[in-house]
Amino acid sequence: MASPNNLQFQEFEEAAELLSADPGASTLSMSGSNTPSTTASAGEDVKLDLSEDEEGQQESSEVLDRVKGSVMPQPGRNFIKYYLRSNPDLYGPFWICVTLVFSVAISGNLSTFLVERGNPAFHYRPQFHRVTIAAVVIFMYAWLVPIGLWGFLTWRQGAERQIGGYSFLETVCVYGYSLFIYIPTSVLWIIPYDWLRWTLILIAMVISGSVLVLTFWPVVRDDTKVTAVATVVTIVVLHTLLAVGCKLYFFQTAASTPTALPTSSTLHNHTTLAVKTN
Amino acid sequence: MAASEEASRPFAGLSDVSISEDIPVEGDISVPVGPSRRDDEFSTLDEPVKDTIMRDLRAVGNKFIHVLYPKRSSALLRDWDLWGPLLLCVTLALLLQGGAADHEDQGGPQFAEVFVIVWFGSIIITLNSKLLGGTISFFQSLCVLGYCIMPLTVAMVVCRIVLLVSSGVIIFAVRLVVVMASFGWSTFASTAFLADSQPPNRKALVVYPVFLFYFVIAWMVLTYSP
Repeated sequence: MASPNNLQFQEFEEAAELLSADPGASTLSMSGSNTPSTTASAGEDVKLDLSEDEEGQQESSEVLDRVKGSVMPQPGRNFIKYYLRSNPDLYGPFWICVTLVFSVAISGNLSTFLVERGNPAFHYRPQFHRVTIAAVVIFMYAWLVPIGLWGFLTWRQGAERQIGGYSFLETVCVYGYSLFIYIPTSVLWIIPYDWLRWTLILIAMVISGSVLVLTFWPVVRDDTKVTAVATVVTIVVLHTLLAVGCKLYFFQTAASTPTALPTSSTLHNHTTLAVKTN
Repeated sequence: MAASEEASRPFAGLSDVSISEDIPVEGDISVPVGPSRRDDEFSTLDEPVKDTIMRDLRAVGNKFIHVLYPKRSSALLRDWDLWGPLLLCVTLALLLQGGAADHEDQGGPQFAEVFVIVWFGSIIITLNSKLLGGTISFFQSLCVLGYCIMPLTVAMVVCRIVLLVSSGVIIFAVRLVVVMASFGWSTFASTAFLADSQPPNRKALVVYPVFLFYFVIAWMVLTYSP
C-alpha cells in the first residue's frame, strides 16, 4: 500500500476534484441549501445539518403538502410512506399543536360570549385559564399517545410478526399532522348550533381518524387478529375522546354552563332582586 | 568631584567600548503604571452614574424610534439589548392586571402568564428560526421580537384610557380597530427584521409563528375587560 501521506493527500484531491467538477451536486451532508458546496464550506454545512435534523430541511411547500395530505386522506396513500418519505419534521406537529391550543381556547371563549350575549347580567370574562388547560391536554395527547403506540408497535415488531415499523419521529409526525383538521373545526364550533357541532365533530373524526388508521393498519395487520383490531380501535377511541372532550369542556351550550361559575350565583341574586323590586 | 570620580571608577574599564552607529538602540524605559491610556475612554468607573444610565436609556429610546419607523436599519440588530423588551413586558403585564382580577379562575391572564407567554414565546420562535437555518443570533432575535411588542403596548394604554370613558359597542369597535392596526404593525416590523435572515423558500415557515405570537398578545389586549 502507498505510504500514509500519499493516501491522505489523494483522498482530499479526489473529493475536491469531484466537487469542483459539479459544484451544484448535493454532498453527503444533503444540506439542500442553494450555496455551492465547496470543501471549505462542507464543514459548516455539516454543522448546520446536525442542528437542522430535528426540523428536517423543510420548505414551506413541503409542509403545506403534508397539511393537505392530512386533510384529504386517500385509501391508497399511507401518510408516512407517501408524504414523509423518511424525512419527518417536528415543525408541523409542534406548531399545529400550538395553533390548536390557542384556537380551541379563543373559539371557546368567543362561543361562550355569543351564547350569553342576550343575558344582561353576563359580564364578559377572558377565561385565560383555559389556555393552560388546553395546552396540557393537547400536548400530552400529541406526545404521550405516540410514545405509547410506538413503544407497543416496536415491542410487537420485535416479538412477533410485524414487518416494517415506523420510527418514533414518524409516529409523532403523523399524529401532529392528523390534528390539523381540528383547527378549522374549532373555529366553526363558534356557531352556536349543537347539531352543527356534532356534525362537524363527526366529519373531523372521520378524516383524521382515517389518516391514522390508513397509516397504522398496514403495520399491524400482519399481527394476530385480536391485537390488530385492538390497536386500531384504541387509536380511534383515544382520538374520539380528545375531540369530544374538547368540545364538551370548551364549548358549552347555555344549558350546561358549569355551576362553578361565580357569576351564576350573582345571576340568581340579580334575577331574584329584579323580581322582588317588580 | 571625588564622588563622581569614585562613581565612574567601576566603569573605567569600559571607556574604550563603543557601539557601532548602525545598530539602532532605542526603547522606552518608562514603566507603565495602571491601565494603559487606551482603556481610559471605555472605562466607565469614573464617570458619574447619570452618564451611565443616560447612555443606556438613550440606546433604548433609539431602538423604540427604530420600531416606530421600521426601515431596514441595523441598529436593532447590531447593538441588541434586552432592557426594552423587559420594560415593555412588565408594562404590558401590569396593564393587563386589575381587570376581572377578583374572579381569578375566570379572569384575564395573570402576571406570570403574560411573562411566560412573551418570553417563552420569543425563545421558541428564536429557536425555530435558528433551526430553520437563520443567520440571526439568539439574542438579536429576542431583542427584535421584544421591541416589536411596543405597538401592542401602546394599544393597551389606548384601550385602558378609552375604557375609562364607557364600555359600549362603539368603544369596542374603536378598540378593535386600534388593536388590529397595532397587531399588523408589530408583525410587519418584526418580519422586516427577521425574514431577511432566512433563505427564501422558508420565509413563510418563519413568519407564521411570529404572526401567531403577536396574534395571541393582541387577543390578550383586546379581551381586557375592566
